[in-house]
Amino acid sequence: MNRVVITGAGTINPLGVDVPTTFAAMREGRCGIGALEIDDVDRLSIQIGGQIKGYDEAAHFNRQQISLYDRFTQFTLLAARQAIGQSGLTFSGELADLSGVVLGTSGGGLNTQDENYRAVYEAGKNRVHPFIVPKLMNNAAASHVSMEWNLRGPSFTVATACASSNHAMGQAFNMVRCGMAKVIVTGGSEAMLCFGGIKAWEGLRVMSRDACRPFSATRNGMVQGEGAGVYVFENYDHAMARGADILCEVIGFAMSSDASDIVMPSKQGAARAIAGAMKDARIDKGDVGYINAHGTGTAANDKTECAAVADVFGAHADQLMISSTKSMHGHLIGGTGAVELLACIMALRDGVVAPTIGYEEPDPECALDVVPNVARDAKVDVTLSNAFAFGGLNAVIALRKH
Amino acid sequence: MSIKDHVIAIIADQAMLEPSDIKMDHTLEDVGIDSLGLVESIFAIEETFDISVPFNANDPQSSEFDISSIAAIIAAVEQLKAEQAS
Repeated sequence: MNRVVITGAGTINPLGVDVPTTFAAMREGRCGIGALEIDDVDRLSIQIGGQIKGYDEAAHFNRQQISLYDRFTQFTLLAARQAIGQSGLTFSGELADLSGVVLGTSGGGLNTQDENYRAVYEAGKNRVHPFIVPKLMNNAAASHVSMEWNLRGPSFTVATACASSNHAMGQAFNMVRCGMAKVIVTGGSEAMLCFGGIKAWEGLRVMSRDACRPFSATRNGMVQGEGAGVYVFENYDHAMARGADILCEVIGFAMSSDASDIVMPSKQGAARAIAGAMKDARIDKGDVGYINAHGTGTAANDKTECAAVADVFGAHADQLMISSTKSMHGHLIGGTGAVELLACIMALRDGVVAPTIGYEEPDPECALDVVPNVARDAKVDVTLSNAFAFGGLNAVIALRKH
Repeated sequence: MSIKDHVIAIIADQAMLEPSDIKMDHTLEDVGIDSLGLVESIFAIEETFDISVPFNANDPQSSEFDISSIAAIIAAVEQLKAEQAS
């Protein structure tokens, strides 16, 4: 079994266009959620989101590229460029054959679908651009990353709704750990903030109209966000041999299935994934200093997640910190675990724990230290990041300070 | 703008060249347009002239739409427009 480390990180999300600006926003407890600027927003009952404002695709990509890159692919490529750049890796020869891409997304090219359904159904057009299929497919982002950086090994896309990125990063971890690959570029991306993407979520009646307030007694639902997080997961010996700057070590991963309900979360399923990740990492519960919560801000998730953490950690549950950065960047659905892993890396590297902002009033059913409203300095050696998807698919990843 | 000038503008745009650089006897290969670029050019021609171009990417050579040179493409578009008018 090989050890696995992270040697590069990149992101674009509602809090920032790279890792340093995102860390700064998380330290300051800044909110990236605001009024949505999209077509037909007046016909939506939910009009807020964690949208990347001021984004100009033409500033990053040429016209030919834009004809092939949906917004979720663009976000992925921007984040991947930062992550691979930071790692200092170039891929050729045998290393290229032993390196791949495993990314999560839920909606894939949803903007492309939305725009072209409008064209054929609403505008009555009988012809669409020739590249709609390669633009909207869920694996487009992974494929373009493989092409851009010559990653010729195993590459694929994982779609498990809100756990997509964690499942993807878990696969990447295990592929490097077992020796199937030396390097996997991993993480996830989502760009679902279009009329159809929000209208569908409205239907579930789980969305907040004003703010995402995880764990607060006053919470009233989730808020969608968009963006990407991408990492370079590298074989530890390979990274050491080339003198790479190691951001942290990936030490464990576990998945579980609730096998009970298509939308309601289960305490047992979440608890099995959390306990499983610690067992896989061979750590004791006392080692864990911080958990990045799934923390969606819905009534059901937050109380179930807190109960699962309390069950798994027992008395230590009161000693650890657990925060939901969704309060700041919103729920990035298939990309959320990737952006949230940044909060874990910040805790390990910088000793700063990101807060749960918007916290107004304690909820007895969420009686944990949720780091309310203000970031906290703390020495943290081990972190967990939770993701619990619709469909009852849970994925928890464990990181250790290097 | 004539049909000829329109078609040349579309090809030049796709090839990222100036229209004046496009010669009538050029092939698409000469101007650097690959198979994806060809499909995009045909889409642009269909949109511009509101016509349906009979072209199958699986077998470009045997399609009714002659793409052997810039002149051939222009002639084919002119014929399609004429058929549409009649």
